[in-house]
Amino acid sequence: MFKFDKLVFGDAGWGDEFLIATLMTLLVSILSMGLGLFLAIITVWAKIIQNRITRFIANIYTTVIRGVPELLVIYLIFFGGNAVVMSIAKVFGYNKYIELNALTIATIAIAVISATYSSEVLRASYLAISKGQIEAARALGMNKFSIFFKVISPQVIRHALPGIGNVWQITLKDTSLISVTGLVEIMRQSRISSNVEHSPLTFLITAAILYLCLTTISGRVFKTLEVNYSKGFST
Amino acid sequence: MIEFLNNIQNSLIYKNFFLVLSGLDNTILLLLISLPLGFVLALLFALGRVSKITLLSRTIASYIFVIRGTPLLVQIYLIYFGLGSVKFIRESFLWYALKEPFWCGVIALTINTVAYGAEIFRGGIQSIEKSQVESGQSLGFGKFLLLRKIILPIAIRKVLPSYGNELILMVKATSLVSLTTYMEMTGIARKIMAKTFAPVEAFIAAGILYLFLNFLMVQFVKYLEWKYNPHLRLNN
Repeated sequence: MFKFDKLVFGDAGWGDEFLIATLMTLLVSILSMGLGLFLAIITVWAKIIQNRITRFIANIYTTVIRGVPELLVIYLIFFGGNAVVMSIAKVFGYNKYIELNALTIATIAIAVISATYSSEVLRASYLAISKGQIEAARALGMNKFSIFFKVISPQVIRHALPGIGNVWQITLKDTSLISVTGLVEIMRQSRISSNVEHSPLTFLITAAILYLCLTTISGRVFKTLEVNYSKGFST
Repeated sequence: MIEFLNNIQNSLIYKNFFLVLSGLDNTILLLLISLPLGFVLALLFALGRVSKITLLSRTIASYIFVIRGTPLLVQIYLIYFGLGSVKFIRESFLWYALKEPFWCGVIALTINTVAYGAEIFRGGIQSIEKSQVESGQSLGFGKFLLLRKIILPIAIRKVLPSYGNELILMVKATSLVSLTTYMEMTGIARKIMAKTFAPVEAFIAAGILYLFLNFLMVQFVKYLEWKYNPHLRLNN
């Protein structure tokens, strides 16, 4: 039933494969979280400037992506992404076949999903900043650039950190879905190993433990960050 | 105009829409069993979590920790592939349920939503003001009556928005059951994709249906919020 002795490192076991797979999961999570935050900032910006069209587009984006299953978004980007990229390339006069690699597709797909969650968090924490502060900064003669970097972003980061921590956990767990695209991360590795060794229980429990470790450790990291960023604020 | 209608009828999205629609009942069936079951169990688990029996509270806390810390896909695979590979389960009565991808999906979804739901309800129960419980006690309410008349109604009412979020997450989570060969909407869309090589058309049809399902869910939660928060209604 259990073959935990197969988890040794080296050629006899799957230990090193699982280590690489864990690193791959982490890599995809970090890349897509970063790209997702970038997309989220654009989305928030589109929502808070007084422009009906950008707000409408941003609202459609967040509503649709949050309303359909993550798996569907991943399938759509995995199977349809190449066609989109090629048709964009055609506009620029490039007619050859383009194939995106699995890591790129996975990163984009997870980022598109995680950006919708991040954007809600960031928007809420932006709205939590009182208007008086921005007016005060303006009264001091700060330009838009320094208002954003010196007044808005430090406070948004502090307000948003707990929410961003939650989004990170969701993103980390969503990366298990990209195993359907064939990218070898923890989930895919556990399927491969269990097919070879005919012992799904062993390797699936291994995968569960690895995910549990990742979420626990990153939860601790975010706790520390929160404490660091809320220095001087009694909570 | 007629030509335009014919064009629509011949388009792949239109055809796929009805194919995917035939999987809607399978998706809804999953939800119809796992959501009510999950709701009841989540309430019980939340009560166990806040109870003064340390062992019970600790056990439920670790259950919630494990389920919330692992992806749903791992849980579905563990139940479908993992338990199926154990010999004594295959020989026991459990096998009648576990050999069907449908019941594996139901079990996995229920286990998952109970963990999240219990945590939500725990927040609701703990946020009840002490004075309300005390006034109940001073009226001579017993423990059960207190629970039924004061604690649960207030707690459930308070957490309705966040439980609504969980319900929507569950609608989306049903798509993962398609990975265990269960043919619900995502599974059918996937099959159409493999047949026609037209991914966008197949998945957009499924996406529209999921959006519609979630829209209904949002309206349902809004109705519940309106119904159980009479003191918050603006005009009555």
